[in-house]
Amino acid sequence: MDLGTTWFILWGVLWAIYFVLDGFDFGIGMIRPVVSKSDTDTRIMYNAMGPFWDGNEVWLITAGGVTFAAFPKTYAVMFSSLYTPLMLLLFSLILRGVTLEFRSKVDSAGWRKLWDTCNFLGSFLPALLLGVAFANIFKGVPIDQDGILQGNLLTLLNPYGLAGGLLFVALFAHHGALWLAFKSEGDLRDRAMGLAGKLWPVVAALVVLFLAMSWGMTPLFTNYLVHPILFAILLVPVAGLLLTCKYRRAGRALAAWVGSALLIGGAALFGVVGIFPALLPSSLNPAYSMTIENSASTPLTLSIMLGVALVFVPIVIIYQFWAFHTFRHPVTQDDLDYDEAY
Amino acid sequence: MDVLMLSRLQFAFATFIHFIFVPLTLGMSFIVAVMETKYVRTGDETYKRMAKFWGKLFLINFALGVVTGLTLEFQFGTNWSRYSAFVGDIFGSLLAIEATAAFFLESTFVAVWVFGWNKLSPKAHAACIWIVAFAANLSALWIILANGFMQHPVGYVIQNGRAELSSFLDVLTNGYAWNEYFHTVTGSWALAGFFVVGVSAVHLLRKSDIDFFTKSFRVGAAFALIFTILVALVGHRQGNIVAELQPAKLAAMESHWTTQKNAPMYLLAVPDPAKEGNSIEIGRIPSMLSLMAFNDPSATVKGLKDFPAEDRPPVALTFGAFRLMVGLGTLMLVLAVLAFIARHKPAESSPRLLKILVWAIPLPYIALQAGWAVAEVGRQPWIVYGLMRTKDAVSPLAVEQVAISLAAFFVVYILLAALDIFLLAKYARKTPA
Repeated sequence: MDLGTTWFILWGVLWAIYFVLDGFDFGIGMIRPVVSKSDTDTRIMYNAMGPFWDGNEVWLITAGGVTFAAFPKTYAVMFSSLYTPLMLLLFSLILRGVTLEFRSKVDSAGWRKLWDTCNFLGSFLPALLLGVAFANIFKGVPIDQDGILQGNLLTLLNPYGLAGGLLFVALFAHHGALWLAFKSEGDLRDRAMGLAGKLWPVVAALVVLFLAMSWGMTPLFTNYLVHPILFAILLVPVAGLLLTCKYRRAGRALAAWVGSALLIGGAALFGVVGIFPALLPSSLNPAYSMTIENSASTPLTLSIMLGVALVFVPIVIIYQFWAFHTFRHPVTQDDLDYDEAY
Repeated sequence: MDVLMLSRLQFAFATFIHFIFVPLTLGMSFIVAVMETKYVRTGDETYKRMAKFWGKLFLINFALGVVTGLTLEFQFGTNWSRYSAFVGDIFGSLLAIEATAAFFLESTFVAVWVFGWNKLSPKAHAACIWIVAFAANLSALWIILANGFMQHPVGYVIQNGRAELSSFLDVLTNGYAWNEYFHTVTGSWALAGFFVVGVSAVHLLRKSDIDFFTKSFRVGAAFALIFTILVALVGHRQGNIVAELQPAKLAAMESHWTTQKNAPMYLLAVPDPAKEGNSIEIGRIPSMLSLMAFNDPSATVKGLKDFPAEDRPPVALTFGAFRLMVGLGTLMLVLAVLAFIARHKPAESSPRLLKILVWAIPLPYIALQAGWAVAEVGRQPWIVYGLMRTKDAVSPLAVEQVAISLAAFFVVYILLAALDIFLLAKYARKTPA
């Protein structure tokens, strides 16, 4: 495999890992108004993601950085043409980040309510925006020969883009509910599991709808029809979808969460493989698309970066896994009494 | 205003606010690490309480540093897409390595440190904060190597309409970048020292928990003194490097207009760019500029008039920021010496000194911001020195888009900075647990 293709795959994998990891943080933020019955519940929810969200977010920074390093032209065109949604995404991520740090710092109900609202918005908006953005990328974005978007935010809010947004919101809400179930006990755990059960059919229906719309409205399946063997990739999200249901019914929250992770990661990879070799297809003319060929860095940069990635990414995975393992226990009253708890 | 000016304002503003949070985390992580190590070594519970108390202040800042840093990375793509496409081969890889090799480490271990007091052995827990401190400063290194490329591009060839990497080793060993790095981190460590000294002084004035804050004061004073001296020494070297590699910036820093040997320095001058000279010049020190810039009193220093007008940086801002930085640095040195002398029994020193040290907390912040302004404004009109002009780097965006985002940045970031200061002040005044 050539360097460009290798980096294309790594690029897709980084986004997939980001969605799997930060997805549950967004999910917890989105379901909090439904699931939480008390301030204690809310604190358990925050602390269920407390030790993880920051490390999770770095996968986004890495995915962005890798786009810049490996495909600078794509980075330039993608981020400038999606200017407004991206700014919205950044501001919502800021909101999400500071809520965790600020909420418990002042002892006042109004203060906490303010940050709870911000946390909901800072979770729902990124989920929606990332879904809309990626659906539009799968479909192709109206960029002209100069890499300028012919349209505005409303152009991106087309039916397919919105379907992608809804799909991400549902996927992450379901994902977050399972993580919360894994990290909590008693009533809260039951409520989270119950919600995941209610969300599953919604997720399944949206997955089917999104695939059908992709078939009818986008060229996403072209690569798959040329190389039918690629359809095997679909087995990952489909298996994830089924496994998560099976394990949830068996009351095994972590296993169900892993199933959901396969679903999210597999779905992202399915889309990424569909647009290959473009990273940002143009819907106006395929010649205007940002592809591996017309946007990659030099072989020297790509190989240095590959060396860095091969050494450091496994190390990162090992210590992040260790960190997850260290804080795998359910959040209890003891944890809430801990002086650093959120 | 056009898209270029709006984008410049937006980037400058976003960096300015980001850089309120970052220097404290660079230095404070090491201070906390030193405190916790003392606890592990001696078993003295005071040092554990110190690590927790100062750690909390560190963390409030840290969260804001993270979220404001996120927007900076993405702004290269959103607002400076021509720049990104031109230098991505080199600049982008440095940012990506920063995330992969440093920022992951910092973010993961800071969380383990925060939540792990009861989960890890004391030694393993102390190791976490050392990793955080190391990673934070490593992260700064990658970022400054990237900035160093903008200041003094090396290791590239112009090919296919962009700067392509020719030697990664040259990029990694960029002398400009390394000196800039040491200047920035020593300044940040000094800032953290002043912060600890100043907050301790607040409590010492109130006579609360004297033992705790005397010990804190001692650690802070040592940091403040060592790094205020180092930042000045490295800063002098930085001046030499600028003189050699960015003569237009040096001339702007000194508002030096006419090329001459034995160039003098003026303590006070009022630049008048329209007349290509200074309207007021007071406190002439003969040959001082030649000496400071080239370590040779008879050296020739190129003046601004020998640069085409379109290649001159904004003089007044560069000059003013440089004077402010050096002036505050000198004042900090005096205060650091006084704090160091008083370090054993600061509570018994004069209340006036303690009060001054409280009021000195903002000084290193202002000095660092001014230094950053010298580096970045003085580099203009180039985004990559001598290679690409800032005006050629901006994204083809609509004015409204950038105007709206700038307004949003302004509102949100001012609120964040205000909240940060409010919470820092609230937690700094608390009696340690």
